[in-house]
Amino acid sequence: MSQPCVLRARGLTQRYPGVLALDGVDLCLRAGEVHALMGQNGAGKSTLVRIITGASRPTAGVLELDGRRLQPESPAEARRMGISAVFQEVNLCPNLTVAENIMAGSYPRRGWHRGGGIDWSGLERSARTALDTLHLDIDPRRQLAHYSVAVQQMVAVARAIQVPARVLVLDEPTSSLDDEEVRQCFAVLRRLRESGLAILFITHFLEQVYELADRITVLRNGRQVGEFPAAELGRDALIAAMIGTDTRLAEVQQRRGAAAAAGSEATEPLLRARALGRRGRVHPVDVDVLAGEVLGVAGLLGAGRTELARMLAGLDQPDSGSITMGRAEVRFASPAKAIAHGVAYCPEERKTDGIVAELSVRENIVLALQARTGLWPRHGQRQQAALAMRFVTTLGIRCASVETPAGQLSGGNQQKLILARWLAIQPLLLILDEPTRGVDIAAKAELMNELTRLADAGMAIVFISAEIDEVVRVAGRILVMCDQRKVGELQGRCAVQDVFHMMAGRA
Amino acid sequence: MSGAASRRWRTGSQPLLWPALALAALLAINALFDHGFLVISWRAGHLSGSLVDVLNRAAPLALVASGMTLVIALRGIDISVGAVLAIAATVAALVINGSSAAAATGGGPHLAVALSAALAAAALCGLWNGLLVVGAGLQPIVATLVLMVAGRGAAQLLAGGQIITIYNASYADLGNGFLLGVPIAVVVAAAIVLLLAVTLRCTALDLFIRAIGCNPAAARNAGIRAGLITMSCYVFCALCAGCAGVLVSANVRSADASHAGELIELDAILAVTLGGTSLAGGHYSLAGTLIGALIIQTMTAMIYTLGVPPETNLVVKAAVVIAVMLLQSPHVRRGLRRLATRHVLGEGA
Repeated sequence: MSQPCVLRARGLTQRYPGVLALDGVDLCLRAGEVHALMGQNGAGKSTLVRIITGASRPTAGVLELDGRRLQPESPAEARRMGISAVFQEVNLCPNLTVAENIMAGSYPRRGWHRGGGIDWSGLERSARTALDTLHLDIDPRRQLAHYSVAVQQMVAVARAIQVPARVLVLDEPTSSLDDEEVRQCFAVLRRLRESGLAILFITHFLEQVYELADRITVLRNGRQVGEFPAAELGRDALIAAMIGTDTRLAEVQQRRGAAAAAGSEATEPLLRARALGRRGRVHPVDVDVLAGEVLGVAGLLGAGRTELARMLAGLDQPDSGSITMGRAEVRFASPAKAIAHGVAYCPEERKTDGIVAELSVRENIVLALQARTGLWPRHGQRQQAALAMRFVTTLGIRCASVETPAGQLSGGNQQKLILARWLAIQPLLLILDEPTRGVDIAAKAELMNELTRLADAGMAIVFISAEIDEVVRVAGRILVMCDQRKVGELQGRCAVQDVFHMMAGRA
Repeated sequence: MSGAASRRWRTGSQPLLWPALALAALLAINALFDHGFLVISWRAGHLSGSLVDVLNRAAPLALVASGMTLVIALRGIDISVGAVLAIAATVAALVINGSSAAAATGGGPHLAVALSAALAAAALCGLWNGLLVVGAGLQPIVATLVLMVAGRGAAQLLAGGQIITIYNASYADLGNGFLLGVPIAVVVAAAIVLLLAVTLRCTALDLFIRAIGCNPAAARNAGIRAGLITMSCYVFCALCAGCAGVLVSANVRSADASHAGELIELDAILAVTLGGTSLAGGHYSLAGTLIGALIIQTMTAMIYTLGVPPETNLVVKAAVVIAVMLLQSPHVRRGLRRLATRHVLGEGA
């Protein structure tokens, strides 16, 4: 249109063994525009970002920066050429100061006549300039760990634009930020846009796309669906473009009624926790979980929801209170003990606490089942493969084969993989901590449908999420947490505002 | 060759290929300089020849390295194996000598008691290492450093600062005798390694070890009793060192608390890495470790065949190790291949 492309990609194709991750994708990033890249998990967003930032080389296709052919061999080289990136997980060193982080790799040197070495005051000055560009009022001499994740994310942006950047790639920069922090982040991004930077913005939050983006490129299964001006593409059209079919969220809504009904007739809770607490983490909490219900746990980041789940699953030890299952009091000294009682936990950090990236899909799925069986007898190779195939099919896990290392799967598929691991042992109680984080909307709907099906079949499910609308949608009963306390319980079908209201009552 | 197999070849994902090639090359060099090297004959009721000698001498190292493989696969390391070897040798020597004296006066324990005592001492050492690593959460290299230093001291104390000579003939047979013509040391080492291989293959131990080695937190969360398994592997590693201690002391008919198994921890780690096991944990190969142990012993044999002056032994050994290690590095291999293609193209032009 009006502006010429700063960065242009033509026919980018990336072929991995067994998977065509990217198939002839074009992209045009213009100066002074925010360009959103949308798509489901496995659509090829990460692959595209890896190519643009020099982390991998495409099988075919070309990149052009200002009309000149570009072949970055490494992220460092891409950065020198003017393509900077900020990723979902903050890739900085928390033990260094803000200034050191911003300038890492390009510390200014003192001349030899002044003794050589690092020019610390110059370092601080340059860092301060970068921070001033972003209107960030923080002390560059303080340790990075001193600041919140949001500020750390901004420091990562400051680091990205500290070199003369033409293009800034933001890969889910807001996924660990709360609303206020997102607002701060967007204010900074708008200023950067005005300064003429071309920004590629990747997120799963639809509202954020419409708030910030000028243009949207949608990918699906490695192919480009199209490039649209954000103003002309409605939400429904965007979702339809991403998924290819209609969303199935409405279906989730209907099924929840059945799940709630199953929960109401149960008398004896499956698991009863009384005054369960851990100093400095969670104030004593009472929780009842009934068989066949989805219990939602709603709370913001740091509300104590993950900490509660970790105690229920034996990952952390409570220092007060008790857990009763059936009629007997139980103590989960380790996850293995909890699993022996039929309690399974999908952790929040699936990369570090969930999947074993180097093991195959098959081995990851069979892991918990085999762990419960013990060392012997070993589940036979053929039996393992059959089990894995069954879950790959029923949960729709996208992988080249069941022997693919789990680390090669996209985020949503890894989430399904952990779900498969637990379904294989048929737990009585399944605790899911942020199962939809980093998962696109269609996979979310599938996942929630799967959960309601499981609850209908009699499994108790604890669904923990910061996405209040998801909790309200899927849960029959909601436990609301705030500031490491339980602030109340709500019935399902309540409005999102009710949950907010209950949280606010405490805050 | 099928397409898949050739792809594996090119990407170098056949982990045993390079160690095996290195071993073959070393054997070939030996055979070149000593024409009788590969000849195995039947002499005085048993197998004899340089290869049998290499196997016999490699047996204790292969044992120690096998135990080390499991520990390294679990992201650990055990540098106390040399000290444990010395402790086991000393305990066995003390008991067997004491019991020989008792046997002379009638009654008293025999060989089995000495072996049990040695292995029990080794198992205790392993338990100690495991407790420090799993229970106290020390870094493995620090935790086992404690026993590496203190263990040898304990062995010296037990031995009263003396080299204990062993007079029991049946004990000495363990290190010098033959079973069906094969050196007993080789039989013992082979039996233990075979037992380990079968355990890994027929139980879920292999899966658990790789899961823990790759991602300890995830493995624990999946319900694997990571602490118990890690502890057991340290005990097994120490037991292997204990067996090696018995073989070594039986071979020389004496237990030298100060020098038995000296620096064997480094040779064992070397054997493990030569075999393609990653020190970062998770990926391991027992067969590779055996090849690694054989490489080290063949190298020592080669130094003697070539008649390298003793003072240059270590330099030659170092050169060979560096060469083998570099050959295993994907970076270097890629570089070499690029160099080779360029050379070919250059000649063509």
